[in-house]
Amino acid sequence: MNFFEKLLVIDRRVIFLFVAVAIAVPLFFKVNLKVDITPEVRKVYDIMENLPEGSKVLVAFDYDPGSMPELQPMAESFIRHCIRKKLKMIIMGLWPQGFIQANQALEKVLKEEEFKDVKLEEGVDWVNLGYAAGNEVVIERMGSDISAVFAADYRGMKLGNLPLMKGVKNFSNIDFIYNLSAGYPGTQEWVQFAVDKFGAKLAAGNTAVQAPLIYPFYPKQLLGVLGGMKGAAEYEVLMGIPATGVKYMFSQSVAHGVVCFFVIIGNLAFFLTRGKRKSGGQK
Amino acid sequence: MRREVPIAITAVVGIIFLMSYFTPHFPLNVLHNSATDIFMIIAAFSILLGVLNLVRVNLEKISKKKRDWPFSIVLILGLLVMTIVGLGFSKGRNFMELGTNFRYLYDYVYNPLSATMFSILAFFIASASYRAFRGRNLEATLLLVAAFVVMLGRVPIGYYLSSWLPTNYHLGDAASWIMNVPQKAGQRAIMIGIALGVVSTSIRIILGLERTYLGGE
Repeated sequence: MNFFEKLLVIDRRVIFLFVAVAIAVPLFFKVNLKVDITPEVRKVYDIMENLPEGSKVLVAFDYDPGSMPELQPMAESFIRHCIRKKLKMIIMGLWPQGFIQANQALEKVLKEEEFKDVKLEEGVDWVNLGYAAGNEVVIERMGSDISAVFAADYRGMKLGNLPLMKGVKNFSNIDFIYNLSAGYPGTQEWVQFAVDKFGAKLAAGNTAVQAPLIYPFYPKQLLGVLGGMKGAAEYEVLMGIPATGVKYMFSQSVAHGVVCFFVIIGNLAFFLTRGKRKSGGQK
Repeated sequence: MRREVPIAITAVVGIIFLMSYFTPHFPLNVLHNSATDIFMIIAAFSILLGVLNLVRVNLEKISKKKRDWPFSIVLILGLLVMTIVGLGFSKGRNFMELGTNFRYLYDYVYNPLSATMFSILAFFIASASYRAFRGRNLEATLLLVAAFVVMLGRVPIGYYLSSWLPTNYHLGDAASWIMNVPQKAGQRAIMIGIALGVVSTSIRIILGLERTYLGGE
């Protein structure tokens, strides 16, 4: 068995080791890579920029800690934008852990230099409605009456007692919806029910794995898309606050480079040993 | 009766949902909203059912010392600890608020463990890419090239590798084109196919022709 034949049957643990090093080592270096902005991310940013102060934005956190590395930077960037533009945030989750992720993101942003002096009042500037079971049915019911699904926020405060929720009956009283999704229920369900049935304005942030499934909805049903950590990094660049997304771009770049390197050498070995395989030397 | 009653309920609710989509007015909207409210209540109870089932399956695994039974002990202990801490040790506040013991466990135990489990995917994707992306024929080569361009074009390294090319011909632009044109067209075709399948299956369920969801047959 020559070198190239050995490459074809390389132990997967060798690849694991290379990937681990490619991901971990760059995390120790601060490298500012140029992040080019895609139109679908710029669209989300532009929509947010054009919302007048005090507009009500519904942010649906439909993910759990498993997708946190990709979606949490998006959430933080979006929250920064809401605070900077003085928008009112209505937070909810179709995944049980989603609304806790929202609290984590908000707490982190409010500790940052630009926002540490900002005083946000819960129930006035933002509200966390918590989790509701029922997947897409929750979205559909919210289209006619939000209080039928969420009678109170996650702390148990009645919606009627929250100043932010006064006059908010359904999607027609919400200016923009932003969905952070890692699967089902997620963006596809928001498109089907909130957009198609009730005409809501929706943009989404998705994991890189899910993004290809969401692209068919852009740009008509979905006004903008942030795909994977790159999408998060783009939004951070647009905001002028490079944070976690931008920081991790170097690590992700090296990791993708390593995978591509393995694909190249795999194909090289495949073609260089093709003759031998055809002559029956090796299966 | 065991089959007729569920079939009748399905037919009635299905017809109400279908009609209320086109005529969302009284009394269909009221019936529709009642049905969705009932669905959400059932969905909430199904979580409890899921937890009880999880406990039952894992207790059985422990008692019969089935394969990997020690992991079931960890699962049961984890479930008990999170529940007890959440219900009984939240210092009089909502158990999810910052500073509670539940939040501490969520932030510093559940969060990193969950993210770690998901991150294992990166290693498997790398290994699978190495073995699967081989230019065996034209179709496989097209897939290989598309994956290669998207992988490099979706990260900043793609810009540096192709910055010498004219504007709009960088790897990032090529990746965007792949995502927005052939990928989108393929996905839309699949989605239309699925939608047609869903429509036909839904009609069969409403009419009582499709009964496999009831079990048996």
